Amino acid sequence: MAPIVSINNLSKTYEGGHHALRDVSLDIEEGEILALLGPNGAGKTTLISIICGIVSPTGGTVTVGGHDVVDDYRHARTLIGLVPQEITLEPFEKVFRTVSFSRGLFGKPPNSQLISDVLEKLSLLDKKDSAINQLSGGMRRRVLIAKALSHEPRVLFLDEPTAGVDVELRKSMWSIVRDLKKNGVTIILTTHYIEEAEAIADRIGIISDGQLLLAEDKEALMGRLGRKQMRIDLQAPLDELPENLSNYELERAEDGTYLTYVYDTQADRTGITALLNDLGDAGIRIRDVQTQQSSLEQIFVDLVKETP
Amino acid sequence: MNLQAVKSIYIFEMSRTFRTLLQSIVSPVLSTSLYFVVFGAAIGSRIQEVDGVSYGAFIVPGLIMLTVLTQATSNAAFGIYFPKFIGTIYELLSAPISFLEIVMGYVGAAATKALAIGLIILLTAAFFVDIQIAHPFWMLTFLVLTCVSFSLFGFILGIWAQNFEQLQLVPLLVITPLVFLGGSFYSISMLPPLWQNVTLFNPVVYLISGFRWSFYGTADVAIGLSITMIALFLAICLGIIWWIFKTGYRIKT
Ligand SMILES: Nc1ncnc2c1ncn2[C@@H]1O[C@H](COP(=O)(O)OP(=O)(O)OP(=O)(O)O)[C@@H](O)[C@H]1O
Ligand SMILES: [Mg+2]
Repeated sequence: MAPIVSINNLSKTYEGGHHALRDVSLDIEEGEILALLGPNGAGKTTLISIICGIVSPTGGTVTVGGHDVVDDYRHARTLIGLVPQEITLEPFEKVFRTVSFSRGLFGKPPNSQLISDVLEKLSLLDKKDSAINQLSGGMRRRVLIAKALSHEPRVLFLDEPTAGVDVELRKSMWSIVRDLKKNGVTIILTTHYIEEAEAIADRIGIISDGQLLLAEDKEALMGRLGRKQMRIDLQAPLDELPENLSNYELERAEDGTYLTYVYDTQADRTGITALLNDLGDAGIRIRDVQTQQSSLEQIFVDLVKETP
Repeated sequence: MNLQAVKSIYIFEMSRTFRTLLQSIVSPVLSTSLYFVVFGAAIGSRIQEVDGVSYGAFIVPGLIMLTVLTQATSNAAFGIYFPKFIGTIYELLSAPISFLEIVMGYVGAAATKALAIGLIILLTAAFFVDIQIAHPFWMLTFLVLTCVSFSLFGFILGIWAQNFEQLQLVPLLVITPLVFLGGSFYSISMLPPLWQNVTLFNPVVYLISGFRWSFYGTADVAIGLSITMIALFLAICLGIIWWIFKTGYRIKT
């Protein structure tokens, strides 16, 4: 099946000469949830803004549902919903009205039942006649989501939807995202919370300094990255690994003061118990044990560090 | 054409007017009444007649133009500046609408409001002086054309402005002097010859002259010239707007 969003060699140089995106190519499949991770200023918002028509690209093309976002913007944008990173709402406007306005802008006939349903789903129905400036920050963010959902998009961009949102609300947003996915909506979200990406994404993309470093299936990535390291500090330095420990993935530090053991957290048996037993049998006395997660976070940090 | 979007913008903008109904309508009515008290009654009692029309009645078209020009300009300017300022313009840019539709929505609403205010002032004036309208059709045509072209001008201003000072300065420093010096309160023929010629560079002269002609049948400049000048102004504004949207000037990076 043709990808719903296809990004080809996209680049953006802002007026000051800053390269915000460098030759980014990525296909997004219909119905998937893609999480984009990357440090501040990596280019996540720029990427989304180009797809949605807010920023003009300096090179490359994007199609949404097969429609070029520049040449055939009407068809492309009809499919897209955007929840921007910044909360931008008219302060004196009423919730229901501002959400209905969004629907109208996208050329859809008025449908107050649908708007009510959207508000209901976002627990905003009781606030429908409140002015925006009477809402809390979390509620305002949900109004932004309601605006994006009001015109029934096929592709939804969520730029840091859970920034500054409490744990409970974050969980409820995740469930909204999952519901949308069930209805076949494709979701692209950016986040700084790696556990968020782990929790809801099907695929994870990492952007740093305008470059897409990787875009990989989450399970595969976790499998590759879900390894742990255990550092075993010894009472006395060890010159050589004893015979009975040779079949462990063990590494001896140069000065022999500690050993490192790498194991797979996803595996049924980590081999830790056996290793500790065998260490005891060999008469090696342990001073301390530390473990370190080479999680998504670790890989993320390593990847980002590598790019200059 | 996404007419639904044009309609949505138009209604949204109009409802902003209704929310601030008091300041939208009461203030022009009040200031017009003040003008009548000062110019019509106090000063006008000494001027008697201009071009065969009582001074009080003579200033009505100019007064209407003064308010309509200022209102059309500042309403349209504010209408598009506001979303730019608070950031909600992202929604306009990401919606499946063309620039033409955005302009139709915003300029349409600003022009409607200016037209309504113009008519309200006309009604208010009728309480103070006797008004005849010799050419009602042309009177309305002039009024509508003026509302539309100055709303377009205001729209350009709103896109161009980068802060509130700029937004307010242009109506204050450009529009008001042009209208005052454009013959709102006097006939150009009352000026010394040199100033009569200088005045002809003021585009508002043509507006007011044409508009006054539609009331009393007398004009400072030929009526055809008035219409041509308004059409020209309209065309220039449309050209600039077309260019703004083509290049994304100050709205798209
Ligand atoms: N309008 C602009 N003009 C000039 N430079 C810009 C503009 N917008 C963004 N940039 C620059 O482009 C780079 C990418 O910005 P972008 O907003 O895309 O980052 P981001 O990945 O979304 O960051 P964050 O996680 O902080 O939201 C930054 O260095 C930023 O300074
Ligand atoms: Mg961002």
